[in-house]
Amino acid sequence: MNTVLAAEAGSTTARNLTITLFLVFVAVTLAITIWASRQTKTATDFYAGGRSFSGFQNGMAIGGDYMSAASFLGIAGIIALYGYDGFLYSIGFLVAWLVALLLVAELLRNSGRYTMADVLAFRMRQRPVRTAAAVSTITVSIFYLLAQMVGAGALVALLLGIKPGTTFLGMDADTAKVATIIMVGALMIIYVTVGGMKGTTYVQIVKAFLLMGGALVMTLLVLAKYKFNLSSLLGDAAASSGKGSAFLEPGLRYGVEVAGNSTQTFYNKIDLLSLGIALVLGTAGLPHILIRFYTVPTAKAARKSVLWAIGIIGTFYLLTLALGFGAAALVGGKAITAQDKAGNTAAPQLAEALGIDFLGGNLGGATMLAIIAAVAFATILAVVAGLTLASSSSLAHDFYANVLKKGQASERQEVTVARVSALVIGAVSIVLSIFAQSLNVAFLVALAFAVAASGNLPAILYSLFWKRFNTSGAVWAIYGGLLAAVFLVFFSPVVSGAPTSMFPDQDWQWFPLSNPGILSIPFGFLCGWIGTVISKERNDEKYAELEVRALTGAGAH
Amino acid sequence: MSTDTPASAPAESAAERYLAVQRSDEFAGLRRALRGFVFPMTVAFFLWYALYVILSAYARDFMGTKLFGSNINVALVFGLLQFVSTFLIAWLYSRYADRKIDPVADRIRAEIGEVTHEHGPRG
Repeated sequence: MNTVLAAEAGSTTARNLTITLFLVFVAVTLAITIWASRQTKTATDFYAGGRSFSGFQNGMAIGGDYMSAASFLGIAGIIALYGYDGFLYSIGFLVAWLVALLLVAELLRNSGRYTMADVLAFRMRQRPVRTAAAVSTITVSIFYLLAQMVGAGALVALLLGIKPGTTFLGMDADTAKVATIIMVGALMIIYVTVGGMKGTTYVQIVKAFLLMGGALVMTLLVLAKYKFNLSSLLGDAAASSGKGSAFLEPGLRYGVEVAGNSTQTFYNKIDLLSLGIALVLGTAGLPHILIRFYTVPTAKAARKSVLWAIGIIGTFYLLTLALGFGAAALVGGKAITAQDKAGNTAAPQLAEALGIDFLGGNLGGATMLAIIAAVAFATILAVVAGLTLASSSSLAHDFYANVLKKGQASERQEVTVARVSALVIGAVSIVLSIFAQSLNVAFLVALAFAVAASGNLPAILYSLFWKRFNTSGAVWAIYGGLLAAVFLVFFSPVVSGAPTSMFPDQDWQWFPLSNPGILSIPFGFLCGWIGTVISKERNDEKYAELEVRALTGAGAH
Repeated sequence: MSTDTPASAPAESAAERYLAVQRSDEFAGLRRALRGFVFPMTVAFFLWYALYVILSAYARDFMGTKLFGSNINVALVFGLLQFVSTFLIAWLYSRYADRKIDPVADRIRAEIGEVTHEHGPRG
């Protein structure tokens, strides 16, 4: 069962088909975007899609916003290479939605308008809090964007089968990477500037259906191959991994036990706990997720969106379990690492193997590969569009309109600035991604979650539930959590001092954990508390207004 | 700021109005209904998830125990149970909110009704 991605015979077909399907997706989404731009007249249209989406639509869009390439390709790849541990990741990503459902979604929807900062600054002095929120929103979004865009660049060379030494349309693999980054960046800028939240939402909905469809078909084929006997799939995966039953247990990737080095083992296990905490607490602090709750008319619809999102995301992660173990069993770890050391091509390779099996021959394999590769690109586009929208909204609504213009900007000016911001943020991301493309930046997704959990989440929860909370507390929580997470990661092995580091040849590492959450999250909460109690500011009237509005929906936008 | 009262403001300002609502028994009941569900449930799912992560880190033998004479082990079942509990809590909350929270919130909102806002959070 040794399939080589884009085997010579099928490679041209697969490549042409991938490009065709991808162009169809781009054409359809651009058409939607132009249609959406005609419906986008007010600031509410641009920032919140006119609040006209149903709970179901928004639930699908949340799924499309959240299930990034890191989920689809990354988790399937981790499972394919390291077995059980990829599942650990997806469980954190799913359980996290309960924080959003129980504590954040409805209250945020009722009391905010366009951005996360609307709620944080509700009863505070506007300028310091909105500045902090904008800094944090843009930091988190750019980290996330970089990981996605660099990932897209790396994928395209692999998925189009551009090997070192060969060219495609006159481009070698490195040029193709840069071209992909620029193209992904240009498309996300167009989706956001032209289509606003409405366009972005529909792109995400379309992507969610494509991704679910693709994953479902592949899962059914994998299970069919094993006559729907999960145990024999697992057995086959374990056997072909060469690691036996350890492949089906935690410990090959996270919390690794290093024989004879109890200190490292200790740190590895703490690192696993740290990752787990950041995953589960990060989601409800991700700005691009939070602004999705403003696209529905009521708190009840926001609740329904999260319920649908939990349904679709949970189902998807169950499917990735089958995909990952299926890839381990049917493609094999060796063939996967030969394509990509991180395992990101496991799902497309599995698609190819399944196509060869079920559709017949290399043409079948090429077809399946092309479909899944196109789905992977669609996935990346939908996620980066959401991130660009979140950061440009915050830059325009929080920083420009409320900090620079002190709330005196007109709606039109604000939306114009938002569009320009999307262009600037997109351009900056493209440039940063091109510089970062040879670096290992996969850790940036986990870092984005850690920052969201350490800075944004404490500020949001204190805002909504703690009467005494004030400007100083909000500013302390956001900057404290943000800086702690970034500081610790900067001195961790993911940045320097290890072969897999971002800068493998440098070494300034002294912090032993790759994931800062276990320290930075409590630190963020602590900062929020200290900042609050050292300030005399206290506004019971505004808290009464916030609480009543958040719980009842009175005066909601 | 956002609730600046114009010259022709009613006798009772919006701010006083919200304070009065917040201090009412009905609102206290709503707050209790919400917090009484979401706080304990948050603690519960967090501990349940933490237990799973801790066992994954420190109880590998237990997690590796095979069940039903197949390749399915405790770790897999435990992980799947996290999915089940997430779906279950989501469903329970939605049922609870429909019955105990929405009707009260709707009633209070209707009572506040006449207090309107040009701007909520500034923007």
